[in-house]
Amino acid sequence: MGQTLLQKVWDAHTVRTLPTGQTQLFIGLHLIHEVTTPQAFDALRERGWRVARPDRTFATVDHIVPTRERTRPFLDVLAEDMIGALERNCRDFGIRLAGLGDDRQGIVHVIGPELGLTQPGMTIACGDSHTSTHGAFGAVAFGIGTSQVRDVLASQCLALEPLKVRRIRVEGTLPQGVYAKDVILTIIRRLGVGGGVGFAYEYGGDVIARMSMDERMTICNMSIEGGARVGYVNPDATTYEYIAGRPFAPAGEAFDRARAWWTAVASDADARYDDEVVIRAEELTPVVTWGVNPGQSVGVGDRIPSGLEPGTDAQALADALSYMRLEAGQPIAGLRVDVAFIGSCTNSRLSDLREAARVVGGRRVAPHVNALVVPGSASVKRAAEREGLHEIFRAAGFEWREAGCSMCLGMNPDKLVGDQVCAASSNRNFKGRQGSPTGRTLLMSPAMVAAAAVAGEVTDVRALVADPVAGGR
Amino acid sequence: MEAERVVRIEGTVLPMRGEDIDTDRIMPARFLRAVTFEGLEQHLFEDERAGSAGGDRAQSQHPFDNPQYAGATILLVNRNFGCGSSREHAPQALRRSGIRAVVGESFSEIFFGNALMIGLPCVTVSPNEMLTLMARAEAQPASVMRIDLPAGTCEFEDVRCAIGLPANARDALVTGAWDTTGLLLARYDEVNAVAAKLPYVAGF
Repeated sequence: MGQTLLQKVWDAHTVRTLPTGQTQLFIGLHLIHEVTTPQAFDALRERGWRVARPDRTFATVDHIVPTRERTRPFLDVLAEDMIGALERNCRDFGIRLAGLGDDRQGIVHVIGPELGLTQPGMTIACGDSHTSTHGAFGAVAFGIGTSQVRDVLASQCLALEPLKVRRIRVEGTLPQGVYAKDVILTIIRRLGVGGGVGFAYEYGGDVIARMSMDERMTICNMSIEGGARVGYVNPDATTYEYIAGRPFAPAGEAFDRARAWWTAVASDADARYDDEVVIRAEELTPVVTWGVNPGQSVGVGDRIPSGLEPGTDAQALADALSYMRLEAGQPIAGLRVDVAFIGSCTNSRLSDLREAARVVGGRRVAPHVNALVVPGSASVKRAAEREGLHEIFRAAGFEWREAGCSMCLGMNPDKLVGDQVCAASSNRNFKGRQGSPTGRTLLMSPAMVAAAAVAGEVTDVRALVADPVAGGR
Repeated sequence: MEAERVVRIEGTVLPMRGEDIDTDRIMPARFLRAVTFEGLEQHLFEDERAGSAGGDRAQSQHPFDNPQYAGATILLVNRNFGCGSSREHAPQALRRSGIRAVVGESFSEIFFGNALMIGLPCVTVSPNEMLTLMARAEAQPASVMRIDLPAGTCEFEDVRCAIGLPANARDALVTGAWDTTGLLLARYDEVNAVAAKLPYVAGF
């Protein structure tokens, strides 16, 4: 009987079974940022511990950084404190930091892959639930809380419970204008926002096999929105091609040896799964969320559920509609938007910006819409500027910002105001998520956000662009 | 490092209805802008507590502001509580507000783990049992619930249910081993041995 990638990676990293019965797992890469680490470093200082493996730890700043004015010290005193604390902690404990002004700075889940830090077969941890993103490379990547950050800093290990594996096969060919974001939003709607608890999601099938690394990252990124702490794709030629030549990737003959190890770590053809789900790509359409969790979504041509559908939780529906100030049975298309946000660890990579720019090119943002593009990293920003994408966005009326998490969670000055409706390429439409307690978020692909920005309302991107490039073509 | 043992929890309860209550609701991101966890409890469910009263917390109808639940130490919740962001600030704020156990139909995995790390047990009961417990709690807010982790039971008035809690988590809480760092550091030579066998650590 063959093994899954999860089992192989788990076994290779197992130190021992703890007296508690949990597995002590060695963590190959620890990514850290300013928000979930200061208390962990303080705990180390209190107990006189060192960072066990600074050589396996890498830091950046993303959650709280301003995306417009970055002169230090920041006017935002709390942000200055947090960034200052991370800078001090990295200095004191000997950790590499891609800080503000560093040309490698960016969202932690964008820069890890970009720098070649993220590699197949690794265990990766970060104090952020979207750490599942790194699973796109065939790594097993866990989002953790601050006490676990302390554990990893001090011991380079985590105490964890084993996971089951659900294989999700996306088969067929995606229709034009349907992207990786639509695939994962559909998976979350079908399996539920809690459906993945206790599971790692292994994504496969021909659609995933044809996807670029950017697209696979979008899929794995939102695993946690389906309740799965870990999501991954088996590494293949696309993975190796992406990694080759990156700063922290092995080079020359070492790369060949690495590729052999990476290939061996993929799930065996006869691996046994705890569950298997098949999604037919032909059935998919562009998806828009209407509610207050990422599972509450419809196709752009559909109506908001009426509560009569089987399996609908009437109380949850009523609560979501009341917060969103929407009516059951209302078409989602045509809903007026106030803000358009292209960014976040889900969809802020170069290919996302290219797709959005294709929609925006030669058009203008509707007069009542505030639109902004926040590239995922300084490197994405530079690459986009080399292609002139910033000029396309600016000419259309978008703001072009510096890299960070920005309006995905509103920890910096980029927030919704009042009950504004935001078309967002990010990952969470929770109540208050985008920084205003009454703000309303509609999740969709970057191309759909671009379409909403120019139309001033939710609209089908396929009507704006004759030949939008489908994901996994 | 020895941590406090968590064996039995007794106290009045605070029922909070709703599925999929996410950590952004429990602790909005703007309150994560601090280098300590101190004072977080003041902002527990901040947006909906103020929001239910037109911005005025004093007029809030939220269960956490309902005087009949004041002093409660056990929180009752429904399905998939604590989903979303991995912010430990959410269970930290609950614990700092006086909550000593959460009883729910199910929990998000990261939330469950973060709570365990700070000695806050999250135990499950069936949806039907929760329906009964919440109704009783709303009717009899002065009644005391008794949770016994080793026995695996929860008692409230004449209701007695079996609680779900993985054996590992139960043992960690009961023995006081929920503070894991010491355990992970105990046999560090074994950690080095595993690392040395990983080609990406040792060098390809």
